[in-house]
Amino acid sequence: MRRTGVFVCHCGINIAGTVDVKKVAAELAKYPGVVYSEDYVYMCSDPGQNLIIQAIKEKKLDTIVVACCSPTLHETTFRNVAKIAGLNPYRCEIANIREQCSWVHREKDKATRKAISITRSIVEKVRRNESLEDVSVPVTKRALVIGGGIAGIQASLDIANAGYEVILVEKSPSIGGHMSQLSETFPTLDCSQCILTPKMVEVAKHPKVKLMTYSEVQEVSGFVGNFKVKILRKPTYVDADKCTLCDECTKVCPIVVPNEFDMGLTGRRAIYIPFPQAVPATYTIDEKACPGMFDTAIACGKCADVCKPGAINFDMKPEIIEVEVGAIIVATGYDLYDKSMMAEYGYGKYPDVLDGLQFERLLSASGPTRGKILRPSDKKEPKEVVFIQCVGSRDPELHWPYCSKICCMYTAKHAMLYKHHVPDGQAYIFYIDIRSGGKNYEEFVHRAVEEDGVLYLRGKVSKVFEDNGKLIVWGADTLTGKQIEIAADMVVLAMAIRPSKGTDELAKKLKIALDKDGFLAEAHPKLRPVESMTSGIFLAGAAQAPKDIPEAVGQASGAAAKAVAILSQERLFHSPTVARVLKNLCTGCGMCISVCPYEAISLKESKAEVNEILCEGCGTCSASCLRNAIQVKNLTPYHIQEMIKACLGG
Amino acid sequence: MAEEFEPKIVAFLCKWCSSAGADLAGVSRMEYPPNIIPIQVMCSGSVSPLYIFSALSQGADGVLVSGCHPGDCHYMKGNYYARRRLALVKKLLEYIGLEPPRFQMSWVSATEGVKFTQLIKELVKELQPLGPQTKLRRNF
Repeated sequence: MRRTGVFVCHCGINIAGTVDVKKVAAELAKYPGVVYSEDYVYMCSDPGQNLIIQAIKEKKLDTIVVACCSPTLHETTFRNVAKIAGLNPYRCEIANIREQCSWVHREKDKATRKAISITRSIVEKVRRNESLEDVSVPVTKRALVIGGGIAGIQASLDIANAGYEVILVEKSPSIGGHMSQLSETFPTLDCSQCILTPKMVEVAKHPKVKLMTYSEVQEVSGFVGNFKVKILRKPTYVDADKCTLCDECTKVCPIVVPNEFDMGLTGRRAIYIPFPQAVPATYTIDEKACPGMFDTAIACGKCADVCKPGAINFDMKPEIIEVEVGAIIVATGYDLYDKSMMAEYGYGKYPDVLDGLQFERLLSASGPTRGKILRPSDKKEPKEVVFIQCVGSRDPELHWPYCSKICCMYTAKHAMLYKHHVPDGQAYIFYIDIRSGGKNYEEFVHRAVEEDGVLYLRGKVSKVFEDNGKLIVWGADTLTGKQIEIAADMVVLAMAIRPSKGTDELAKKLKIALDKDGFLAEAHPKLRPVESMTSGIFLAGAAQAPKDIPEAVGQASGAAAKAVAILSQERLFHSPTVARVLKNLCTGCGMCISVCPYEAISLKESKAEVNEILCEGCGTCSASCLRNAIQVKNLTPYHIQEMIKACLGG
Repeated sequence: MAEEFEPKIVAFLCKWCSSAGADLAGVSRMEYPPNIIPIQVMCSGSVSPLYIFSALSQGADGVLVSGCHPGDCHYMKGNYYARRRLALVKKLLEYIGLEPPRFQMSWVSATEGVKFTQLIKELVKELQPLGPQTKLRRNF
């Protein structure tokens, strides 16, 4: 029989207020196998911890149960206490009598009875626990960052500056992400490209960073510290080392397709450089646009003809590059919600109904109009512009329930900048609420209203339609209760922020979870906001939730710090509560292999074998085994049976 | 009035969602009846049908298994296995004459303290009129 000690915490009155802790300690003292039982006001305090250490030594305890708060809080504390006292940490278990007992009940009698049952069942568990040693694995000291927007750039720089190699993968031909498309940034009105491009150059030139643009993650296997990643490098058909950026090729290319960088407001050639400051600075032939790529009969080859350095190579092939990394940061960013979902606002039908990013391009000095606000339809300056917020956001019935967070601020910026460009124009903003939480954000909105005379109208727009060259906006002002009709020259929609296209497929490859809206799910909404639920994979930027630049950069640095914490280790330790095969019972049927989410089980000499490094200890295998031949250490069916018995007895 | 029957319920809660949701109910100081004894498991997918039979045979008046929402499993697909496996268990239990409310499955995420509270209140309310479970209880 084991010598178990039980330590019941009062947690001030948090537990003691509803649970008779003295009675719990007294009842547990009578429980078979319990040789010591004590209560104390704060077990997690230094005197509390010392009390446990002393009791373990004096009473020669070999297992302990601490009845206190949730194991998510102090399990580590008390396992360390056990270790200090010379016990294996897995000989310590926590009975949750606060969150799942004292805090949710009011009747002291019943709560006390329940606390006794919970603690008894944990006593039964702990006395069957084995001493376990953490599983140790080596670490590959290199990180992979997926996505070359501002978050990915920042994360890469932070990791590289800490002295570790980084592979930065970006699917488009240049890094920079959406931030490179923006004109100015709120609330300071810095020029977006002016603050971004130095970072783009820095990351590309960093000796520790390997930049892989026009590349996509194709396959991921392995686990924290030891991921194996296959990256597909798509052919650009242009040798960047030879290209001198003379731009002769685009002058002769006969194919014109919509320019993604300008959000379709302009065209580009099949051979193109995304924008003048692109990094790497080179051209790409868009194989979907260039007819030469799929039909040699009409391949014109004009670009190759005029390319003096001979940089164009039609024989370039896709390459698969295999890399090994210890940590992964996912910073795949956002896209705007599909505007075709908003038929009532006439997007696609009327050229002067734009989305926020298109308006950014109009405002941008590098944009299609060189920073002049002109209507796409007739190139005239719009004198009345209506901005509509929450388009597709905060709309649980038809679209998305969440707040896209950045639209209030960028719409205020849009309206303000519009007034700077067109001082005699009028800007109207339809809003539901103005959410301007953030340093200097509220002041910025006030500036738009007070200095630039932007007119805020609280209400939603029901319809936008064209009449006599004007865009008629029908809306409601819910503050005055009046219907509003504005004959506008331009309408700008603040579309909902969505995870970027392909986020779901990437999440599957990485085996990380998505939240209900399709963003990458963090491990804990408050305490682990930059970690995914798969260890070694971290999240940064708008792929996790809509966020502005400072937040994305902050999260990226946080994710980088987490990654560096892994890369700086020589070896990593992994929980030893993994599955074990009882070889004499195993028939080699393979049922466990088919249900294991981690491919951690294989068949060796007709018996299942567990790779302890891959196993996460979920126990799905054990529930599927007909003979109980595979069990999770310290939570075997035997543990559970005895726990059930203990919590139902008495 | 006679004192109301107090059913004993064993609740298998997965560590990552339902147990965390139950913790949140506590943190938010919600209230539900003290009839459930939680047993934390790593994943709802690890709950063997034997655990359910064992609890019922040892005198549980009800058994609850609660995991992450389908599609949201910490271990990616454990709750899908749980859903299929336990649906069969439920049918079997009903077939042998156990009242359907006595065995329930639910999906409670780490943010759904309110849902967890509601769930336990309803479960207890459903079990009270049924009285003690004797169908599978061994005589001891």
